[in-house]
Amino acid sequence: MEFITQHPVLVVSLGKIAVLLFVIMTVLAYLSWFERKVIAHIQSRWGPYYVGAHGLLQPLADGIKFLFKEDLTPPVADRLVFTLAPFLALALALTAIALIPFGPPMQLLGQQVFVVSNSEIGLLFLFAITSIGVYGIVLAGWSSNSKYALLGGLRSSAQMISYEVSLTLSVVGVLLLAGTLNFNGIIAGQQGYWWHLIPRWHIFPQIIGFFCYLTAAIAETNRVPFDLPEAETELVAGFHTEYSSFKFAMFFMAEYANMITVSCLATILFFGGWLSPFPDRWTWQLFLPGAALLATGVYTAFDTVAQMRGLKRLQMTIVTLLALGIGSLCLIPVVAHVIQGPFWFSVKVFLFMFFYVWIRATLPRFRYDQLMSFGWKLLLPVSLANLVGTAAWFVWGWMRHG
Amino acid sequence: MASIVREVGETFVTLCKGFSITLRTMFRKTTTENYPQTPPSVQPRYRGIHVLQRDQNGFEKCVGCFLCAAACPSNCIYIEAAENTETQRISAGERYAKTYNIDYSRCIFCGYCVEACPTDAITHGHNLELAPYDINALIFRKEQLLESWPPRRPVS
Repeated sequence: MEFITQHPVLVVSLGKIAVLLFVIMTVLAYLSWFERKVIAHIQSRWGPYYVGAHGLLQPLADGIKFLFKEDLTPPVADRLVFTLAPFLALALALTAIALIPFGPPMQLLGQQVFVVSNSEIGLLFLFAITSIGVYGIVLAGWSSNSKYALLGGLRSSAQMISYEVSLTLSVVGVLLLAGTLNFNGIIAGQQGYWWHLIPRWHIFPQIIGFFCYLTAAIAETNRVPFDLPEAETELVAGFHTEYSSFKFAMFFMAEYANMITVSCLATILFFGGWLSPFPDRWTWQLFLPGAALLATGVYTAFDTVAQMRGLKRLQMTIVTLLALGIGSLCLIPVVAHVIQGPFWFSVKVFLFMFFYVWIRATLPRFRYDQLMSFGWKLLLPVSLANLVGTAAWFVWGWMRHG
Repeated sequence: MASIVREVGETFVTLCKGFSITLRTMFRKTTTENYPQTPPSVQPRYRGIHVLQRDQNGFEKCVGCFLCAAACPSNCIYIEAAENTETQRISAGERYAKTYNIDYSRCIFCGYCVEACPTDAITHGHNLELAPYDINALIFRKEQLLESWPPRRPVS
């Protein structure tokens, strides 16, 4: 107890890190389940079905499988770098998440609750971290000493570096509007409404910037349709061809963590972060999280009774009880107030993740030269033009008002 | 400039079309069958394990004519015929099949036996579960192939 009062910063930070890590790891695991399920249904299949009710224990089974697989290192590989690369990729991907504020700046023991590190240069630091992330992939591709891995690493480094330019440039427009690099400041700048109805999010003035950001972000995270580094039909599996067991899983987790980071960033920069899309005067929105959870609980209850047998019925009963319990907890006014910010934040991030998966199920892969010409000849000029346009609008405003 | 705007517009519309299609398919019923849990659905003319039919009086339709065995390209049908007697009547005709074996380790499910049969005695059923641990279990005897009597469904 004395220790806590003497070192509040250390204790609270460690607590936040532990909670965030637990949540992020769970989300990563279930993101893979979600992606497989959504893609399967788009292709008229069931997806994960047998491990647990609705395949809900599939991430666990995957994790166990990865842990118990043989960890192979090619004899010709550079052993140190080969081992280091996945750690680098995952560690950097997880570091970036520490900067994301998930809720309003609430204080506990003199520290913000919903963000691990409320940095004044949050955005800059986040871009720095994500651009180092390329190293994980490049080193993995190089140290494997395999031609497919090398080509994959080469492709991805070229791709990530060229798209990072447009990614950063598309965000500068928002920075001009916000006037700060701090995430809380950027979100605070999006408070308020036009005509008391439409939220003052940066998406509306920066619609071109948003589309540039979205495209560049998908390319940055090496996802379909820009997943050339791991183009299965050409490069086996790209930079992680030689990786097995948990090292492979780490690359996998790093990719999903990057997806989450990029979605969080899009939410913060363009969609008002943890701000509600509805005007404040609509007080019923306080009970929306609880109501949504209760509705989920009721749905799963019907599903349990109608569909599930044996052990799966037990699992679904647990899920139902959790949903109903947490849902009714969220209806308590105090909890509802606290949960409001994180709820809207996760809803927006979830929609982005769904969009990611949706894109994967819809679009075919680019050819490599198309990718490069798209990035340099279209995306970069458009994001530059957007930046110049935003800047010109500001200058015009200053000239008018002095 | 106008052409660029039109191209961007057209691309946007095309993208929207594609995305709406995949979104709609997501809410469609899945076509996958959960086979071991639910019975498989097969087409009416599916050629599964054979069934030896009976007539409406419960006599076996097979008259031991050997046409099916002759038509069989993989020679998997073995028949021993015997005469019906006054005291023991098995089929409606003169003779009946005392032994009727089909070796499913050789059968190719071509259906020629069904086409050859003059009395429509041998037909294809819809059962497709044929995997044993012992290859000898693949030789099906008459008792395994014969339709049960009295029939489970009313004779129509």
